[in-house]
Amino acid sequence: MLSIKNLRASIHGKEILKGINLEVKAGEVHAIMGPNGSGKSTLASVLAGKEGYDVTSGEVIYKGKNLFDYSPEDRAREGIFLAFQYPVEIPGVSTTNFLKTAINEKRKYLGQQPLSSVDFLKMLKAKAKFVELDTEMTSRAVNVGFSGGEKKRNEIFQLAMMNPDLSILDETDSGLDIDALRIVAEGVNKLKTKDNAFVIITHYQRLLNYIVPDYVHVLSDGQIVTSGGKELALKLEELGYDWVEDLADAK
Amino acid sequence: MDLKEKLISDYRLHESKLNGFARGKIYNIKLDAERYFELLGFPNRKQEDWRFTNVNPIITNNYNYDLGAQPQISEEDLQNFLVPGLKANTIVFINGIYSDKHSKIITEKGKAYIGTIKDTQKSNKELIEKYFAGNADYKTDGFTALNTAYMNDGVFIHVSKNTEIKEPVLILNITDSSKGEIMYHPRVLLVAGESSKVSLIEIYESDGENFSFSNAVTEIYSENNSEVHYYKIQNECDKSYHVGTTQVRQERDSRFNSLTVSWGGSVIRNNLNASLQNKGADTIMKGLFIASGNQQIDNHTLVDHASPYCHSNELYKGIMDENSNGVFNGKIMVRKDAQKTNAYQMNKNIILSKSALVNSKPQLEIFADDVKCSHGATTGQLDNEQLFYLKARGIGEKEGKKLLLYAFANEILEDIPIDDLKVYLEKKLSEKLEKK
Repeated sequence: MLSIKNLRASIHGKEILKGINLEVKAGEVHAIMGPNGSGKSTLASVLAGKEGYDVTSGEVIYKGKNLFDYSPEDRAREGIFLAFQYPVEIPGVSTTNFLKTAINEKRKYLGQQPLSSVDFLKMLKAKAKFVELDTEMTSRAVNVGFSGGEKKRNEIFQLAMMNPDLSILDETDSGLDIDALRIVAEGVNKLKTKDNAFVIITHYQRLLNYIVPDYVHVLSDGQIVTSGGKELALKLEELGYDWVEDLADAK
Repeated sequence: MDLKEKLISDYRLHESKLNGFARGKIYNIKLDAERYFELLGFPNRKQEDWRFTNVNPIITNNYNYDLGAQPQISEEDLQNFLVPGLKANTIVFINGIYSDKHSKIITEKGKAYIGTIKDTQKSNKELIEKYFAGNADYKTDGFTALNTAYMNDGVFIHVSKNTEIKEPVLILNITDSSKGEIMYHPRVLLVAGESSKVSLIEIYESDGENFSFSNAVTEIYSENNSEVHYYKIQNECDKSYHVGTTQVRQERDSRFNSLTVSWGGSVIRNNLNASLQNKGADTIMKGLFIASGNQQIDNHTLVDHASPYCHSNELYKGIMDENSNGVFNGKIMVRKDAQKTNAYQMNKNIILSKSALVNSKPQLEIFADDVKCSHGATTGQLDNEQLFYLKARGIGEKEGKKLLLYAFANEILEDIPIDDLKVYLEKKLSEKLEKK
């Protein structure tokens, strides 16, 4: 589904990603772990198409096509979903209206008819229940006045509504208490199918107690320094990121 | 000969047509106003109140006072100019001339008097003389003097004591400049009796390839404990100029609630002045202005706290695109005796292009010491973080901008208590933003 080859990217002339290689297939869950400043969020931003990053070399192939040929909105319509580390507040726009616009823009792009209001509301109710979100929240302005946990849960709710092929969760676990973490993780586990894929970016191992990854990659100083199965996360927990930096230095 | 000279030299001609006003009090006021217009003339940018708006484009045209026979309008066009579904007392003027055919009064006679100023001159002379020009001061403002001197007709509304008028009064001013350049002077006088409640809606529409200029004055008397909802909606075309003053006098415990929506016209200048004359008066002023092309929209407001225990709250929002030019000048005056005043003001603007401009000028003059006053102004671009968030959900640039601008502007419209009016304005807002 996603193939990243020797990806290098910089911001304001400073190179952050220094040759990333990653293969993600349908049905897989990948965790990308790493210390602060290792380039985790930059990777998520570059994949989603955020302005301000310069891709200097390498390629990203998504579903057989060059990802960088697509605008950010077209990437979303093609099935990429970025759950934001810091979800943005949008005063005056209700979550319902926001998601209805988003879903219908995607449907238009795919040559489908817009969803009827009735069908949309049915789906909204079902998905809200799915991620244990009070439907009252969907009539409020997007993320406005939400607690940190509510914002993250709202991201997972949007993920459920958009039904993407490739989900990138950028530190969705940061700032969550244990209950919110459980709800977010359960949401992801329920949404996982053999046809979609998840890339979970996290600083901490604890989310991986709830979402079991197929692969764990450790990012340090803009490169993946080691990869392995879920046991790698436990090793990281035990040895800390100093061990990773030693690996990076050795490399 | 410039416009001022032409107006002065033509005044005798105009005077001869004033037979409806006979030789009574109003007639004398008009003659006096003409003298003041000669003295004051048109303002220029050296005057502080006109620093940001150049009136030269308005006053360099060779306007006609009328265009012969009254222009006609089809029922279909008329419906396009009205608020769909709204049951209202509707009064239509075309180029300043009353159109009986298109007007209808539905409120029962005992509840309120609603009529043209010309008719009222005959049927209710004493009542109108009591109020006319008692509030809008023609001795300090050239445009008001011009209106007072030259106005031919208009609307007089007197709402009886302890009466609520359920149906709003809608005054539709249509400009048709297809036969030539035209100038006219709309005039409205509203007296809301003690403990009465009324909604007044003024809509401006125009069509035609020549320049037009409407120079309006609305006077509102809000008596003790009355509630007035005032809406001014400007939908004119880019050949239209408008200068208007709405002068409000509020008595004890009265509530004045206004909304000014300006999104059509070449140069627009609105003066909205409320004078809080007695304790417990409450004033809300909201405004939305959206401009593009070379449009200039200038909103000047004045809340004059002349009494203690009054409250005012003001929120104006602007969206400026292309080469347009916006002004918000909000003055709050708190006089010496106006202790325990609460006065708030906020102006927020979004600029969509490099060559658009907004001048935002709050003015607070506070002479009392026990008051709460605050003001704020922000002008910026659309938030890129928000736009990216929308894009990351598949909402493209155009649709995303529309969504954000709609949300920004709709804060002004969302509290409108008249449902049909709210739906009408929200639809117009969507159409405006569709073009961005």
